Amino acid sequence: MKFLFDSDSWQEIYGSIRKNKIRTGITIIGVLWGIFLLVVLLGAARGMENGFNKIFGDFATNSVFVWTQATDTPFKGFQKGRTFRLTMNDIDVLKTEYADEIKLLAPRNQRNNLVIKDFKSGDFKVSGDYPILDQIQKKPLLYGRFLNENDISSSAKVTVISEEMYKQLFDKGEFPIGEYLKINSISYKVVGVYKRSSNVDIDGDTAYIPFTTFRKVYNTSDKVDWMMITANEGTNIEQMEKDILLTLKGLHKVHPDDERAFGSVNLGKEIGKVTGFLTGLQFLTWFVGIATLIAGVFAIGNILLITVKERTKEIGIRRALGATPKSIRQQIILESVFLTTIAGMIGIIFGSLVLFLIDTAFGQGEDAALINPTVDIPVIMIAFGTLVFLGTLIGLIPAHMATVVKPIEALREE
Amino acid sequence: MIKIEKLHKSYPIGKDSLHVLKGIDLHIKEGEFVSIMGSSGSGKSTLLNIVGLLDVHDEGNYFLNGQLIKNMNEKKAALLRNKFLGFIFQSFNLISYKTALENVALPLYYKGISRKERLKTALDYLEKVGLKDWANHLPNELSGGQKQRVAIARALVTKPKVVLADEPTGALDSTTTDSVMDLLKDINNEGMTVFVITHEEEVAEQTKRVVRLKDGLIISDEITAVGKSKAV
Repeated sequence: MKFLFDSDSWQEIYGSIRKNKIRTGITIIGVLWGIFLLVVLLGAARGMENGFNKIFGDFATNSVFVWTQATDTPFKGFQKGRTFRLTMNDIDVLKTEYADEIKLLAPRNQRNNLVIKDFKSGDFKVSGDYPILDQIQKKPLLYGRFLNENDISSSAKVTVISEEMYKQLFDKGEFPIGEYLKINSISYKVVGVYKRSSNVDIDGDTAYIPFTTFRKVYNTSDKVDWMMITANEGTNIEQMEKDILLTLKGLHKVHPDDERAFGSVNLGKEIGKVTGFLTGLQFLTWFVGIATLIAGVFAIGNILLITVKERTKEIGIRRALGATPKSIRQQIILESVFLTTIAGMIGIIFGSLVLFLIDTAFGQGEDAALINPTVDIPVIMIAFGTLVFLGTLIGLIPAHMATVVKPIEALREE
Repeated sequence: MIKIEKLHKSYPIGKDSLHVLKGIDLHIKEGEFVSIMGSSGSGKSTLLNIVGLLDVHDEGNYFLNGQLIKNMNEKKAALLRNKFLGFIFQSFNLISYKTALENVALPLYYKGISRKERLKTALDYLEKVGLKDWANHLPNELSGGQKQRVAIARALVTKPKVVLADEPTGALDSTTTDSVMDLLKDINNEGMTVFVITHEEEVAEQTKRVVRLKDGLIISDEITAVGKSKAV
């Protein structure tokens, strides 16, 4: 260890590096490139992952959507192709039967309607919803508030509209809160304006009104168009989805194996497909990065080996002057480790710089493709440690070669 | 200082082996100035390499400073070389990217002496060989004679018991040969044992004892005129 802190060892290394600028440069570039690629690839992969996460970010990722279609199997005297509707009863049954699994359950009814404000109008979706919708898919509000429990219990004629709708229906600079809109000849007071998510958005520009109000106005009695369900932490969502569908099939006298009667989307599963892709991408990144690193380390070993051949005579002289094989070996290994370390550090610095540039070029704004392309410091430390370790290992080969030659043979070399 | 008994050495050449040294007996006492003469192939370089612990002998005994040299591993050999021996080579063997001063200081590095002290000692020895002003020059900026004087300073810097010179003047002209020989004489006068290999009669004449080798055997061993005059 003393050897490491001896300024003379470093003096010797400085001397041999200064003498061989080109080979040192090329060697350093080899390893530098490896770790540079690793850093940039890992960072870019992370950036993509962050990008995907942002796209799904406004949704609870453990959501399941369920709606009804037409049966494809005759059952209990019903012919196939029968259509039916979800009911509030289904909602109550699910809520009690799956109290442990279900976190939020939002029944929804939707229509398309002309929305009128004074002399302006537009065709928009009108959706009867519960306040919990905001928890399943976040509605960032520009003005006012979202629907609340009071609106539900009093079946208030209030609505929350999107920013687009506000721009289309209101005069510029007009304050929307407290104004009235006419939907299907009924006046609603605007209580909030939300901003649509720029990412996954299944509702579009929608006027949200209380579920209870919708039920009265559109006379839907106890029918429900579809529902959004989110699961509690730790629930097996796929299993829950299956169980819920089976319960619903029982309630609606649908054959248990009927594939078409209920439509459902498991958002977690869809996201899983994407994250699976990301995992693959990350694996590829690691593979390419590490392979490049190893190639770089071999380049160092190779060049050191050539150097040792080149310096056989010098090593012979040193040994004639009293250098022990150990001191020769130490010097060559230290040289190898020093080169890999320097190259690694420069590689990390350049890699980080490129990630920074990527971030400023593509990582900003709403539609950024890569968000926060970063690498974890421990990951880099491990890569760096491996690099230095491999550098030592590869340095052993030329170091060994340098000492097996008898000094007299080394001296004879011209 | 150096005692050799029935020394044999052969080199394998393919399936055969070349018997180079065929039983050498030689005793060199401390403070002697000995030259080994012989034509090429007589085995004189081999003898020097064995004496210098750069090579190992096959048979016979070799005592360096009273110590039997046998089953020497590289580490021990390196330490003994560093402690007892100084080398001067025909082709100087300076390290090309190190300055004259650094070259002279190198053996002290392997001795474990601090850098400051090393450079100071090295400079003293460069002054001794008259090259103090050239201390920071690289070998390729020096003439042949200067290079050899740097090499001599390097051989002396560890204060060895024996200085081994393999054709020290082989690559030099007659003027520089004289200056190098004068240096070797000075060293010997200070009490150091000097062991020179040469094929030049003029060089051998300036030493005190000449040993002639032929085909791996000593054919003559005599005190020169210089040696006789000094002895008187």
